Amino acid sequence: MLTQIITFLIFFSVVGCILYGRRLIRTEKVDAVFGNPERALGGTHWVIVGSSFLLLIWLYYSWDIAKGFYPKSANELCQVGKVNDSLLGLKYQFPIEEREFKSTSQIKKENKNLEKLSIEIKNSTELDNEQKNILVSFIDKTNQLIPLLTNEDLLENETRQKIEDITGKINLLTENFQKPDYPFESEQELNDRLKAVSEEGGWGITKIDAGSGSIENTLEVPLVPATNRGLKFHTAAQELNLISDEFFKLRNHNPEFKNKIKEIKDEIKVYRNDLSGSEEIASNYAKNIVKIARRIEFASIYPPNALDKMQNAIVKFDNAQIQAQGGLRFIDIFLFPAGTIVASGPSCSEQGSGRWLPKPSDTFNKFILMSKPSVGYKDIPLLWIKMVDVSNVVGFILPDWIADILPGKYPVHTKDGIVKQNFKGVVLKVVTGDFKLLKVPVPYGHIWDSFMRVFLGLVFGIIIGVPLGLFMGLNRFAKGFFDPLIELYRPVPPLAWAPLIISVLGIDNTGKVFLLFMVSLSIMIISARAGASGTQLSKIHAAHSLGASKKQILRYVIFPNSLPEILTGIRVAVGMCWGTLVAAEFLAGTTGIGFVENVAKKYFQYEVIWITIFIMGMLGLLFDVTLRKIIDKTIPWRGKG
Amino acid sequence: MSDLISQNLNMIFKTPKGETVHALKDLNFTLKKGELLTVLGPSGCGKTTLLNITAGFIRPTSGTITLNDKEIDGPGVERGMVFQQGALFEWLTVSENVNFGLRMKNNDPIETEKKVDEWLEIVGLKGFGNTPTYQLSGGMQQRVALARCLINDPDLILMDEPLGALDALTREKMQSLVLKIWKETGKTIILITHSVEEALLLGERLYVMAPRPGRIHKEYNLPFASMGLKQDLREIKKDKDFSAKREEILEMIWNMEEEIMGKEI
Repeated sequence: MLTQIITFLIFFSVVGCILYGRRLIRTEKVDAVFGNPERALGGTHWVIVGSSFLLLIWLYYSWDIAKGFYPKSANELCQVGKVNDSLLGLKYQFPIEEREFKSTSQIKKENKNLEKLSIEIKNSTELDNEQKNILVSFIDKTNQLIPLLTNEDLLENETRQKIEDITGKINLLTENFQKPDYPFESEQELNDRLKAVSEEGGWGITKIDAGSGSIENTLEVPLVPATNRGLKFHTAAQELNLISDEFFKLRNHNPEFKNKIKEIKDEIKVYRNDLSGSEEIASNYAKNIVKIARRIEFASIYPPNALDKMQNAIVKFDNAQIQAQGGLRFIDIFLFPAGTIVASGPSCSEQGSGRWLPKPSDTFNKFILMSKPSVGYKDIPLLWIKMVDVSNVVGFILPDWIADILPGKYPVHTKDGIVKQNFKGVVLKVVTGDFKLLKVPVPYGHIWDSFMRVFLGLVFGIIIGVPLGLFMGLNRFAKGFFDPLIELYRPVPPLAWAPLIISVLGIDNTGKVFLLFMVSLSIMIISARAGASGTQLSKIHAAHSLGASKKQILRYVIFPNSLPEILTGIRVAVGMCWGTLVAAEFLAGTTGIGFVENVAKKYFQYEVIWITIFIMGMLGLLFDVTLRKIIDKTIPWRGKG
Repeated sequence: MSDLISQNLNMIFKTPKGETVHALKDLNFTLKKGELLTVLGPSGCGKTTLLNITAGFIRPTSGTITLNDKEIDGPGVERGMVFQQGALFEWLTVSENVNFGLRMKNNDPIETEKKVDEWLEIVGLKGFGNTPTYQLSGGMQQRVALARCLINDPDLILMDEPLGALDALTREKMQSLVLKIWKETGKTIILITHSVEEALLLGERLYVMAPRPGRIHKEYNLPFASMGLKQDLREIKKDKDFSAKREEILEMIWNMEEEIMGKEI
């Protein structure tokens, strides 16, 4: 319902804005020449057209319009797909969609194979003449098999009868299929079917695992026929399956053929048994000839006109089923662009753009579902808050060795078995978080984890990189000493380090934070260094003659002067860290937005993949906008000094 | 004895190519307290080198230079400097720039504020205290630079072409300001300039320096600075004596330049 309304709204906004834009162009001043940049100013209505157009394309190519306007169409097309699937084997026997009869093409193929083999044998240098003669005679005999199958006079009455049976069944099916009340479903069957339909759910429904509460895979297309039209096709497909099974079991083997092929097989068997171990090549040729003979035996080769009636029956049924599709065909053509619903074996699936381009409605539903902390992804919410006692935070932040370095000894139990607490013991309790105070909310979840990794990596990079970079910009020794180290690791793509770092530091946060630290460190060093060495000498001179000490010059002149470079460096580093993090989370890990995408990929959850892409884009944008705001606030003099 | 005394000052640079440049050769001069010295000369005659040595940014190859009987061996608060481009700290506001020196000495903030206001009024920037310096015009920036230097109460003020980058009108105003400050504070000032007119107008004493090796070519004692305190600078420029001196010095510098060109070709 919502999809329908949105589709109409978007459509009308596109049309309205285009009309408005055209009117505006006509009423614009005549002297607006081409090349005047002012002509690119404004134009909110074109922004609406652009974004609506994008949305419309998304709606259309993800088949969400089809889903919105004809929610049952996928189920019906699935049933049609079943018919096509069952009909496929039979149709391939005839020049309906193919160029020639299956029999013809098979005869052509085997003739060619036999000819090739015979030339090979005749030209072989490793066979003596006697062997060649024997093998060529085998080929000739195999060649004589085909006329035995294609001769109408040799066709047995039994086979003929069976073909007529099958033809009659197809014709009966066609006749029944065209009746309005086909497949004559009883009340009981109807109820059972409707129950199955409601249990199965609709097109693209998301199921939630009852045990863990996490998102299970989505049902792509419901299988059980929900409509009468669908049921018609479903039943016809089942019947067609039986008919085609019957046909493919049928063998056109008359007694002459049976004798002949037995003779060939026996002869070749005897011949191969008599060959010594050194005559392997001849044996192989003989084996290949038997293979071809077997292929001819099991190919459905019939006399030229023997199956004509059956072909007509199939064409008639095909026409009847196409006719019965009615409006569904047009829905298929127009609302399922770049693909359709295909049935194969026991399931129906979307094949085409609807498969990898998730429907907006599904995507939003799933996003809302995933945002729920009780669902999340892999039992972890995307972003939520949990109450944690302050003691845990304190215990995590303060290192335990603080207690160790204090003077004195830890308490020892007395002979009465009592432990008397002392100061050192109390400190240990504090630094290990062994106390209860109050609970504070702490965010957690996939998004938060990714965010914290980037944040921590960046902060460590800044804390170490900026002072080191400034030092290197001001001191020849520092520059010379650290330069080789940094230049050695910096040009390596960060991800090339990932396998090493992850194997050494583990798949958890430590490894990733260290990787991001490496990424941001080199960028921060280079930018701080450029900032420091770019300080105007006259400013340093001025500070000197105003009585500033070395420390003060560093703090009040060189550092603020390098700030623009440093902040630009941070902006670059954030981008690099974000990219590296997502890829690192692909490699290994148990949380994080990259991890979610990687898992979704494994289960073909295209909606989740698109949701993670969207979240990453939004977070990246958020970082960049925030940094830009900070930069504008802190260094308004940039580019004006 | 608060004089600036230079004895046999020599400065020899080595270029990266290995050539030696004799930037200053046997410079001997004495500047008494309260004198205003302008230094003039063609480019490459060692004017700025002399100023940098006096400021203590570089050390002379040989010879000594003393201020108040103390040898100069590094930058110090008693020698304030005003640069050509102002060299203001653009991340600070006008008053933060002016009080920079006092802040570095951890002076009392309230007293500092009072002093800043005083100096801003003297240089004509009253009410601009909270303006960021990058929003100021070139002339205003130089006023800030002057105030920043003077608030430290230095014995000697060194000016490295402070008015070089200003337009003619602003320049005239700033020249009056320099004279006014000189008169009111009685500071010793060394002012380096490219402009002959400026050197004549502002200099109580004037050194014309010659290049290769850098040395004092001619020395003048001029009356125009004291005249400028009383009357309009434009009137002085019309003075016959002034014009004659200007022509003389211009000719001198032209000859020097031609000599250099001749050497190079």
